[in-house]
Amino acid sequence: MRGWVLPAAIFAALAVLPFLPLGAQSGFVMLLATRAMILGLAALSLDLMLGGGGLVSFGHAAFLGLGAYAVAMLDAAGMNDALYVVPAALGAAVAFALPTGAIALRTRGVNYIMITLAFAQMLFFAFGSLADYGGDDGYTLNAHTTIGGVRLLAHPGGLYAATLLLLLLAYALCRVLLASRFGRALRGVRQNRARMQALGYDPFALQLAATLIGGALCALAGVLLVNQAEFASPAYASWQRSGDLLMMVILGGVGSLHGAILGAAAVVALEEALSRVTEHWPLIYGPLLVLAVIFLRGGLAGIGAGIGKRRDA
Amino acid sequence: MPDPALSLRGLVKRYGALTVTDHVSLDAAPGAIHAVIGPNGAGKTTLMQLVSGFVAPDAGAVLLNGRDVTRLKPHRRARQGLARSFQLTAVLPEMSVRENVALAVQSRLGLRWGFLRRAAGDARFDAPADQVLARLGLADRADVPAARLSHGERRQLELAMALALDPAVLLLDEPLAGAGPEETARLVSLLSGLRGGPAVLLIEHDMAAVFALADTISVLDQGRVIASGPPEAIRDDPAVQAAYLGESL
Ligand SMILES: Nc1ncnc2c1ncn2[C@@H]1O[C@H](COP(=O)(O)OP(=O)(O)OP(=O)(O)O)[C@@H](O)[C@H]1O
Ligand SMILES: [Mg+2]
Repeated sequence: MRGWVLPAAIFAALAVLPFLPLGAQSGFVMLLATRAMILGLAALSLDLMLGGGGLVSFGHAAFLGLGAYAVAMLDAAGMNDALYVVPAALGAAVAFALPTGAIALRTRGVNYIMITLAFAQMLFFAFGSLADYGGDDGYTLNAHTTIGGVRLLAHPGGLYAATLLLLLLAYALCRVLLASRFGRALRGVRQNRARMQALGYDPFALQLAATLIGGALCALAGVLLVNQAEFASPAYASWQRSGDLLMMVILGGVGSLHGAILGAAAVVALEEALSRVTEHWPLIYGPLLVLAVIFLRGGLAGIGAGIGKRRDA
Repeated sequence: MPDPALSLRGLVKRYGALTVTDHVSLDAAPGAIHAVIGPNGAGKTTLMQLVSGFVAPDAGAVLLNGRDVTRLKPHRRARQGLARSFQLTAVLPEMSVRENVALAVQSRLGLRWGFLRRAAGDARFDAPADQVLARLGLADRADVPAARLSHGERRQLELAMALALDPAVLLLDEPLAGAGPEETARLVSLLSGLRGGPAVLLIEHDMAAVFALADTISVLDQGRVIASGPPEAIRDDPAVQAAYLGESL
């Protein structure tokens, strides 16, 4: 199977989904699909860092929180247009990623994982202490983010379309980046850091750049997430959410990019299905993911490639 | 004799009570091969690490073309013309052989960054990379992922990457280790063809190759340079023979 077939199929399916005759279920399916795409965008941005640069960030949800609170804070000030919201979210992400990334990238392995986790937890508690924005209880939006004055995101269909478009653009961007000179050098650092240093490449600068881009893209997912929930919560930046994002990437297949979208869809569907069976669903969900990671080499994206290979043979 | 491209001045490295590099001073002149030999654990690889910046010395200085680079990180030294191979071969396993070398070309041309244009297939990097690969006899392996190369081929790929940087100083840590007789012969002739090019600092256990290639030999024992000079003088040096405990040189 050619490399573009599976991603093309994913986006085609997402494009036709709203037009399927789902009857009474349609609203619910759209809701879940939108959520999967938003988290898919977040997971995709993490895959740029993890699959590209080998960065196992356990604090990526911090950027979801930053995007969400950028919307919330501007909402409280009566500013809701994307003209303000998007630069604020991107700016917040970069302002957070630059110092925390620079510190975390001084470490490797487990230390890097722990430091990214620690920074995200700091942000989580900081959000919870924002009394003007609901503290631990979170903040309910007065109005959705508008795009050039248009209330597109207030309608489920509009939100779905905007999310799909953004996901497609982000996916294309990550593809181009990973294939570029920057991306090739970044992949080189993941495969053999010392070799790349000996060739004159600065791993720190490359990985910091990946962190900035990944963080900024994830903040956009945060903007969408808060618009879907009409609510900003510190929980967006929780370590559980960071873990979920890592799971999505690993489940989908690290480094494939479209795998992150599949992984997000699988996790959202699994959560939904299991939560109907029992309220103790995490007890099933956790082990299931672990098994999937162990037995699905190459992740969900790898299954697609495997099927294609068998057919080619 | 031309000014040294690489000059080590009183380098010291200690690991706890163990002095692994003990006031090592030596020069490598452009166009010449300077071999460093010594028994296992003498501190040869550590010296390499100090020169290339992967390990910081406790004392002493490294001069590259007369400039003090002791405080520079490895990638900065590389940009100033220092290339190296690793004792445990270091290649990029998931990339093709050509891409491995193209990354070196990309760096030499100062085009490390670039976010939009596709890197693979860019003739600016691929054409020079293919030339170097042809020189090393790896041309027919260019499209193979580096992970699938044999051990000997990996060593050659490392050498190709180093040469593609067009370095002023080339550090080679046991480039012949594990190579068969044919490969060894080819690599020796390739290395002797480097004479007149970069200053080469060569660590090697294959004494026949060392004596065939080196213009100067320094002998390292327990971190100290116990002898340094032209091959003939080293062969007859009693201290050297003592260090090798009667191994025939
Ligand atoms: N990071 C380290 N920490 C502690 N000791 C070390 C470290 N690196 C090297 N050594 C010790 O320093 C000494 C020299 O090691 P080095 O690898 O430089 O020797 P070498 O001459 O390259 O040996 P070989 O011929 O086996 O490659 C050895 O005794 C080794 O155990
Ligand atoms: Mg060694």
